[in-house]
Amino acid sequence: MQIIVCIKQVPDTTNIKINPETNTLIREGVECIVNPFDMYAIEEAIRLKERCGGKITALTMGPPQAESALREALSLGVDEAVLISNRAFAGSDTWATSFTLASAIRKIGHYDIILCGKQAIDGDTAQVGPGVAAHLNIPQITFVKKIEEVTDRSIRAERMMEEGFQILESPLPVLLTVVKEINEPRLPSLRGKMKARKADIPVWGPEDIDVGGDQIGLNGSPTYVAKIFAPERKGSGKIFRGDAEEAVDQLIHELRSGKLI
Amino acid sequence: MKYSLTEEQEMIRDLCRIVADEKIRPVAAKYDEEQTFPWDVVKAMGDADLFGIFIPEEYGGLGGGVMELCIAVEELSKACGGIALALAGTALASFPIILFGSEEQKRKYLPDIAAGKKLAAFALTEPNAGSDAAAIQTSAVRDGDCYVLNGTKQWITNAGEAEIYTVFAVTNRSKGSRGATAFLLEKGMSGFDFGKKENKLGVRASATGEIILRDCRVPKENVLGREGLGFLIAMKTFDQSRPGVAAQALGIAQGALDEAVFYARERVQFGKPISSFQGLQFMLADMATEIEAARALVYQTARAIDAGEKNIAKESAMCKVFASDVAMKVTINAVQVLGGYGYMKDYPVEKMMRDAKITQIYEGTNEIQRGIIAANLIKEYARKKK
Repeated sequence: MQIIVCIKQVPDTTNIKINPETNTLIREGVECIVNPFDMYAIEEAIRLKERCGGKITALTMGPPQAESALREALSLGVDEAVLISNRAFAGSDTWATSFTLASAIRKIGHYDIILCGKQAIDGDTAQVGPGVAAHLNIPQITFVKKIEEVTDRSIRAERMMEEGFQILESPLPVLLTVVKEINEPRLPSLRGKMKARKADIPVWGPEDIDVGGDQIGLNGSPTYVAKIFAPERKGSGKIFRGDAEEAVDQLIHELRSGKLI
Repeated sequence: MKYSLTEEQEMIRDLCRIVADEKIRPVAAKYDEEQTFPWDVVKAMGDADLFGIFIPEEYGGLGGGVMELCIAVEELSKACGGIALALAGTALASFPIILFGSEEQKRKYLPDIAAGKKLAAFALTEPNAGSDAAAIQTSAVRDGDCYVLNGTKQWITNAGEAEIYTVFAVTNRSKGSRGATAFLLEKGMSGFDFGKKENKLGVRASATGEIILRDCRVPKENVLGREGLGFLIAMKTFDQSRPGVAAQALGIAQGALDEAVFYARERVQFGKPISSFQGLQFMLADMATEIEAARALVYQTARAIDAGEKNIAKESAMCKVFASDVAMKVTINAVQVLGGYGYMKDYPVEKMMRDAKITQIYEGTNEIQRGIIAANLIKEYARKKK
């Protein structure tokens, strides 16, 4: 079983602050982490390998420091890693990113299952996984919460939908995006970390994956960002105390005087 | 302070921090309350290769030394001094094998310990032999290819949970301290049973219990070193392991300081955070200073041991005494900083205070340690010419 995991290094948005004057992220001192949803993808890849054998390759596109995300994947049990990095890729939107990743996967050649997190916590688009499948012209199963069965030729997986579950069967190769309900990611081991530290991680540029020009980076990105703004800050709430009738009266009065009702 | 750790040592610290944050801290209060053995956490520690840190590479370990072990124990103890004992207790029982075991014994026992498959326990203390370890009553009588062991061991860390036991027994009473021998026992040997499980003030996530030996037949191949070396093995083991207890104390102290400073910055009284009051600031400053001094002493001693320093009993005792006394003082003050909240079980500092106490008592009480320090000190001066 040849497994590919696509991961992304993201700022740890749980600790991020926004400069209220400029509406931009305060990047100083913000730690970079592997996108949490991708950690579930890595874990599922390792579990698949434990079940079926094979090899796992982790793939990321990003600046040179994204290499540390790949080392983390290696420390958990991924066998090989490739960094796709070059100035020419800068400014990629989800279209260009998924095109670039798909081109790298074609270069790797043989693959049975591609795993991605359902979305990244910085962009939140959930488009890159499905985009990769589209560019490779292979089936995709998104929002997977359980892999029920996998054989040499097919896979059956349970999707988590808003109003229930859907069980899909697909031939291989297939691309899956996973949700956090699928597993509990393991911690790295010391041996894994030592192996990861020494691992050789090749860096691929446009020429390595036969892409270029208008296909990649900003030029290959049809998305136009009109405006970026931080969500409006909410003031603190107000609690009306006393017995229910009294509190409701106060609430209605407040809403009326604010011309909200 | 930076201690010029190697890349591997930093890696151990980082990984132990992750294990502490994700696996230990969320369950520390639960295991303290229930006083049950935290097998799920111990398994996670094993999966992270933590039990291999101090074991040579040729026996499946990562080839680290006392320093690496201290870093791990310190980091885990910040979250729970009791759970960290599963590792420290296993290390204590493994040192005799590493230091004095035959090639065959090392091959048989160390790889499973390194892989986290089996825990180990060190069994010296008896009801009437604590500080006076030479007073042990457990006997071992040679009978053909076996020794027959009889006696009771008490307050044994990891008892019942461990598979491998380093047990000390008297083989020749007339020889006094040269009449004891160390044996490797395995759980399940006939005549090897467990007695009372202790109900403790602190380190309640650690198993502490009694071992009862009734005509327990142990093959002669399981003698560590040779007959009569028991006390030497115990003492040399303690020289290596005392920095580990010191590291446990250090971790507990650091964990308490972390809680105290965090709380002091948040808690508002008289319209200001209590960290703005000088009386409290001085207390925090002393806590931090003493912890840093303890850390410097523990690390330096651990490094000296790893560098092959032979005469280390004095420094080893010093770091155990100092770090454990600091831990007691710091945790008491941490409770004071948190005030009424610190006294409640909703906050972790009262547990840290309870956990700290044992570090002044076990692996040689601090009074015994001071005796060791003084004896070595006086001996050193006796050799010097004025």
